[in-house]
Amino acid sequence: MSLPGLPLLLQSIVSGILMGGVYGLIAIGLTLIFGVMRIINFAHGSFMMLGMFTTYWLFIVLGIDPYLSLLISIPLLFVLGLIVERFLIAQVLDAPEYNQLLLTLGISLFIENFALFLWSPNFRALNVPYVKKTATVGTLMISLPKVIAFLFAIFFTVLLYYFLRKTDLGKAIRASSEEKEGALTVGINLRRIYYVAFGIGTACVGAAGTLIAPFFYVNPHVGGVFVITAFVVVVLGGMGNLIGALVGGLIIGLAESLGAAFLPGQLKQFIIYFIFILVLLFKPEGLFERRSG
Amino acid sequence: MILAAGGIFLLILPRFLGRYFTHLFTMIFFFGYLGTAWNILGGYAGQFSFGHAAFFGVGAFTSTLLQIHLGVNPWIGMFLGGVLGLLLGLFIGSLSFRYGLRGPFFALAMLALAEMLRLVAVEWMAVKYPLGITIPIRDSSLLYFQFASKAPYYYISLFMAAAVLYLTRIIEERRMGSYFKAIRENESAAEALGINAFRYKLWAMAISSFLTAVGGTFYAQYYLNIDEEAVFGVAVSIEVLLGPIIGGAGTVFGPILGATILEFLSEMTRNFLRGYSGVHLMVYGTVLVVVIIFLPSGILGGLQMGYRKLSKGR
Amino acid sequence: MVLEVKGFTKHFGGLTAIKNLSFELNKGEILGIIGPNGAGKTTLFNLITGVYRPDAGTALFKGEDITGLRPHQICERGVARTFQITQPFANLSVLENVKIGAYSRISSTRGAIEEALQILETVGLFEKRNDRASTLSTGHRKKLELAKALATQPELILLDEVVAGLNSREANEMIDQINRIQKQGITILLIEHVMKAIMSLSNRIIVIHYGEKIAEGKPEVISKNEKVIEAYLGEEYILAKRQ
Repeated sequence: MSLPGLPLLLQSIVSGILMGGVYGLIAIGLTLIFGVMRIINFAHGSFMMLGMFTTYWLFIVLGIDPYLSLLISIPLLFVLGLIVERFLIAQVLDAPEYNQLLLTLGISLFIENFALFLWSPNFRALNVPYVKKTATVGTLMISLPKVIAFLFAIFFTVLLYYFLRKTDLGKAIRASSEEKEGALTVGINLRRIYYVAFGIGTACVGAAGTLIAPFFYVNPHVGGVFVITAFVVVVLGGMGNLIGALVGGLIIGLAESLGAAFLPGQLKQFIIYFIFILVLLFKPEGLFERRSG
Repeated sequence: MILAAGGIFLLILPRFLGRYFTHLFTMIFFFGYLGTAWNILGGYAGQFSFGHAAFFGVGAFTSTLLQIHLGVNPWIGMFLGGVLGLLLGLFIGSLSFRYGLRGPFFALAMLALAEMLRLVAVEWMAVKYPLGITIPIRDSSLLYFQFASKAPYYYISLFMAAAVLYLTRIIEERRMGSYFKAIRENESAAEALGINAFRYKLWAMAISSFLTAVGGTFYAQYYLNIDEEAVFGVAVSIEVLLGPIIGGAGTVFGPILGATILEFLSEMTRNFLRGYSGVHLMVYGTVLVVVIIFLPSGILGGLQMGYRKLSKGR
Repeated sequence: MVLEVKGFTKHFGGLTAIKNLSFELNKGEILGIIGPNGAGKTTLFNLITGVYRPDAGTALFKGEDITGLRPHQICERGVARTFQITQPFANLSVLENVKIGAYSRISSTRGAIEEALQILETVGLFEKRNDRASTLSTGHRKKLELAKALATQPELILLDEVVAGLNSREANEMIDQINRIQKQGITILLIEHVMKAIMSLSNRIIVIHYGEKIAEGKPEVISKNEKVIEAYLGEEYILAKRQ
């Protein structure tokens, strides 16, 4: 374990922030689902993996540019989310909380291993030539696909933010997450809110999958790697707190990146799990808790 | 009486079974054992852990390393591994329960713990044991907990399963079992009736973690090779809890029933769906989804409810 | 003196739920607590039984300071309570529910079952002993709630609205039940909205409004107390009466 010099430190910070934006996008989907439905969606990573594979196959078979494939992966994952919520999740919304977690676990097991069955455990990579570039700023090497991913992630986050603030549907979603009874009283169709919210959540994470496909390996198990990180971000940012998810994502991205610089091998993940347990024990409401009264 | 007959049947069985089926049954008893151990904390006390691999791995590594480096007899190593697992359980338990970690958050915290241990193991083994740790083969003997044929393993796992089933039964019949259930159903109501929830949850955790760690040693001695993925991996944690959930958490025989069904399904998948390792998990996932939606208390739980409804003359 | 509460104060964020509340409870008494909704009555119970810690003040039970003890420790010392919204062990049978209460004093299973059956007989739930707690009607749930608490052989029992929500017949049964509990020598602290019940049962009453004690005394006196009437019906009523 050797101490990195300043250039490496700077590199880690930039890298961490860029990745953090993507973590934020993944987490926003998860936190929205929790905020509205109080469901801890274990299958979140699997949906992301599907987003990655969608982009992968569109590129390999039809030559579609990965960023263009967003136009397909986002609606596709949205619809998939709708279906999953409507037919599966809806059945257990009133059940004891463990049941919901177990259900989403079952869904993730199915999706992940079905993908394994279809596409083998081989690691695949997307080779998109124009995106292989790295810009050099001083000593910093900034990978272009990471920057694009970061920018898109911020863009989608902002888009989602405005959707929730300014549109009727968005406001209805926010109302439902804060005050279920009140929402029902004003005639909000809770059923529809649930599957739309879930769909948006999966669409977000599907988009995240598409965005990282150009620089991350594609493999059926990749979801599992990200789902825990997503949980950490969500708990850190406060469950249901959208801005918190984005900030939490940046923090975790930084923590992971700096961890990778200081610690050998796989131990950067260790830091994330450690942070997770600490937050769960000592500040489960998240760093940015907005507790009233 | 049925139990006695069934017991005798199981004792005689290996004479008629080939290697393959003996292995199958051994796996059923083994996962039934692990599931029953999990069930004490999860099904009875209501604290679902998604990270029991942490204890399993601790047990496996402890006995194996002690055996290889210090020549400690694997049976003693098994006990010591159990103790270490128990200490780990008490540690994480007292932290979690002291700070009120409940429900899914507790489940995920346990998962994080197991993963942390796995990562440490990955790093440590990368240099010294890149292909996993192998236990040197010795002459088949009970003393060294190694056998050339499958039958002795069959009997040991059968004994272990029977022992924990009996333990569960005893706990259920006594105050501790009722207290576990009270905590599971409504912790604040339980406290109001004089139950020290913290202490009893720790008891459940201690028993569960000790037994699970002991199971880790059995695994090590059965396969004579361990690696961090096989003993600390998420797959282990999940397979351990699937049996009780499907068979019926909080019942004595639920975990064994679940383990039987899952082993059966896994073998069928292996034979019919030529696929990659892990594909049986797809079937597991489907069964889990179906059970959670239609039979949330598991098969035995559902049967109990159905029986109750019938006997009320509905 | 069985229970002495001195200067209990409790804040939740910016809200003061209980303010400088003091009272005494003598052995064998039934002390009734009334007050408008949200006055802090259940919070008071939660403070006494250790669910919350008071920010200030102490509680003495039989001379021993029980302030800040955990709920199970308080039950061990002989204080039992029922919850306003009943908290049964839903998936367990009625018998098991009460058995769990009995286990706090009797460690043997057989003994606990015997005790539980006796208590079920007393409260009138014997026929339902094998039913799942979740299938019970409100009236039976309230009885179960009481049975569980009684199974811990308390010297002091805190009853939180055990009569509310019952029909006329059930309410009368419950009132008789409470009288019988008093005759056994158990001291009772009673929160109730049903005026008939609390007026007829209580030896003394204290009235809580916005977390403060505004009146204390015998039931007949309390019912004529202007401050009490004002608390329930509002200032306009008093002014209107005066005119």
